[in-house]
Amino acid sequence: MTMVADAPLLQVGTLTRTFGGFTALDNISVDIKKGERFGLIGPNGSGKTTLINCISGALRPQAGSVVFCGEDVTQLPPHLRARRGIARSFQIPRPFRSMTVLENLMVGLDFAGVGSGQREEEAAMSILTRMGLAAKADAPSDTLSQVELRKMELARAMAVRPKLLISDEAMAGLSSSEVDEVLDLLISLGKEDITIIMIEHIMQAVMRFSERVMCLDAGKIIALGAPDEVMANKRVQEAYLGT
Amino acid sequence: MKKPRHSIAFWASVAVFLVAVLAMTQLVRNEYPFFAGYVILQFIALAVAWSILGGYAGYVNFGTNAFFGVGVYTAVALVKATGAPLVAQIAAAAVVGMMLGFGVGLLTLRMRGIFFSIATIALAIIIETVVMNWRFVGGAAGIQIQRPPVMAPFDSYVKMLFFVQAVLAVTAIAIARYIQNSKIGRGLQALRDDELAAECTGVPTLKLKLVACMISGALISAAGAPAAMYLQYADPSSAFNLSYSVSALAMALIGGTAHWIGPVLGAILLGSTQQLLAVTISSEVNVLVLGIMLVLFVVGAPRGIIGLLRPRYRLRAGGKP
Amino acid sequence: MFSMDLLLGAVLLGVLLGCFYAAVSVGLSVSFGLLDVPHVAHPAFLVLASYGVYQLNDSYDIDPLLAGLAITPLFFLFGLIAYRIYYETFERRGSDAAVRGIAFFFGIAFIIEVLIILQFGVDQRSVTATYIGKSWRFGEFRIPIRQLVAFAVALTLTALLAVYLSKTFMGRAIRAVAQDEEALRLMGANPVRIKQFAFGIATAVLGIAGALLIIVAPVEPTLDRAYIGRTFCVVVMAGLGSISGTLIAAIILGVAESIVLTMFGASWAPAISFAMLLAVLAIRPQGLLGR
Repeated sequence: MTMVADAPLLQVGTLTRTFGGFTALDNISVDIKKGERFGLIGPNGSGKTTLINCISGALRPQAGSVVFCGEDVTQLPPHLRARRGIARSFQIPRPFRSMTVLENLMVGLDFAGVGSGQREEEAAMSILTRMGLAAKADAPSDTLSQVELRKMELARAMAVRPKLLISDEAMAGLSSSEVDEVLDLLISLGKEDITIIMIEHIMQAVMRFSERVMCLDAGKIIALGAPDEVMANKRVQEAYLGT
Repeated sequence: MKKPRHSIAFWASVAVFLVAVLAMTQLVRNEYPFFAGYVILQFIALAVAWSILGGYAGYVNFGTNAFFGVGVYTAVALVKATGAPLVAQIAAAAVVGMMLGFGVGLLTLRMRGIFFSIATIALAIIIETVVMNWRFVGGAAGIQIQRPPVMAPFDSYVKMLFFVQAVLAVTAIAIARYIQNSKIGRGLQALRDDELAAECTGVPTLKLKLVACMISGALISAAGAPAAMYLQYADPSSAFNLSYSVSALAMALIGGTAHWIGPVLGAILLGSTQQLLAVTISSEVNVLVLGIMLVLFVVGAPRGIIGLLRPRYRLRAGGKP
Repeated sequence: MFSMDLLLGAVLLGVLLGCFYAAVSVGLSVSFGLLDVPHVAHPAFLVLASYGVYQLNDSYDIDPLLAGLAITPLFFLFGLIAYRIYYETFERRGSDAAVRGIAFFFGIAFIIEVLIILQFGVDQRSVTATYIGKSWRFGEFRIPIRQLVAFAVALTLTALLAVYLSKTFMGRAIRAVAQDEEALRLMGANPVRIKQFAFGIATAVLGIAGALLIIVAPVEPTLDRAYIGRTFCVVVMAGLGSISGTLIAAIILGVAESIVLTMFGASWAPAISFAMLLAVLAIRPQGLLGR
């Protein structure tokens, strides 16, 4: 499995996913470059979360393929994809409630990261420090505030040492200063050569963050390109405002 | 993985315990404490084994009686066919229990927890039906078992069984403790908290669940194997008695499943109470009390006895309290 | 060797049996299918109802169907209380609650079983009524009248519940709360009250279903274990929450069991439902008419 220097990190090919009679994803194809900051937008129900579920492995598509670093991972279970470097956060945070913040990260480091024993705890602490959660390391995860939970979601995703990080509406419902906090974090992660797909509804965040933006509507791609192009696209505006 | 600092203390206690048990068999004349003690040690083994899947992974096995009965009848079949010694019976029972755990797990652990639980009930019904129709081991009528002559240093078979069950209980505890403190334990805890998040964080959830199910099954069947010799007979309705399922589950949940000591406490407390009630009132009432205590604890004291004793006790994942 | 006649007879009885299974499972379709309660004590409640019917029939000579009707309000109340306890204790929280919820119902089922044994003993009990003991000639076949009675009542009960859930305001509120609790809350309704009411109805139905249980065959305290497979099989095959699916799924199960019974004998009958349940979960988990 050789990888050409500028081959895409992630290749989604003719991906189709249905639920009963409902088509959530309709023949979606997109390539994501290594190190890219990729924004994914679209109205509710357009298929964004279904797409990342197929990429991360929580769902299998009915048709199509997901190729990551040159390897076809379409049928691989999520934990193997995590080990290969695909990490995701969840729209509604899913902490391991019986564990502390530090322990939440240790799970990722144990099973998908590298290192062992003492070095793991140090690695976890450094991620937490980065995220601004170092003070809460020993706090039970069910005592965190919303924004802290979001950050922990991202921290836990970082603990698997991802090549691709998918952030699913990490900023939903946060105050504008909190949005900035999380956005700055994601941008700094992007600077470390981690490829990031960001799903968001907060347009300013998407504009600031993304190098390219893709808009989904009813399971189809209706726009793909530079942020301002996509925002100016009539179909995108219609999809959000509804006609 | 760093060894927990309690390791030396643990193994020292194990050694002391086994020596004490051995000493008891040499010094105590009256047979009754050994009969009662056997039952309590058996419950410790069952509750701890149950907790490996039910407590750590969160998959509730209603079919402990199936694994237990399989252990009994594996021993019976082996003895009838080959006259094999007790150790071989226990080993065989463990293997069969493990395979059963694997089979049931493979079929149902991909699904929601409740379907696993229902499948374990199915397992119990189906296996009991099979055994009832199996003439070789006596079918529905049951079978008498002849005890072989007892070996030194024991002067009575029950005393030897008491020691054997003590070893089994300690084995179950040691394995549960190992799992709890290891990466496996952390993975199980994660998948119990949120299976999807655990998967996406790299935890091989299906594999871990299968392993827990196999180990739990093996230990339960192993604990059941000596029962045939203990009672000197076996019949399906007592070997597959539902009270084993309720007891293991209740003792583990009442004791508290966060730490291996919980099921041990639950088994000792409830096992002793049961012995008392069975002798003084009736065996139905004692089982009823168990059921009521289960419901009360599950509703009122979710962390079990551990939770009551140390309310702010949180088991740090990896076993360092 | 079996003849066409035997097979046809088995199928016929299977359809009758299936409708009976539908009545017995339809409550679970609401409590587990719609409300997502891990109600493994459903069959135990069913058996409890049948013993209640037995007691009334035995002591006061009341017709079992009337007895079933009489205990329905009691069971409704029982359901209200049970759900309230369940909700307050388990519905709220995360990981641990799932285990404890299942254990709770298992404990309740076990307690019911033991109480029945203490009160009635382990022997089988049956009821007496004018329609029990006679058979009806139907061409080549003889069908016990009690099966026909059970069939008719079961069909009526299932149909009534289906109509209730789709046509009445409360019924539709129950369906709505199963789909989108948040939306209902925003509309000003109290989802917990609705769910509690639904659970009450699901339990009340068991009053009559229990009467059917003891009409169709004698009951004994451990009967709930055989029915846990049957009821969950029907509910899952139907697709969680589908009442009409419940009837179809139940008939399929009834026919399958009846054929196996004819060919292999009674002891394997309980295994059928579990086997079908596992098959459905493996192949088509959303059931036949799932939501």
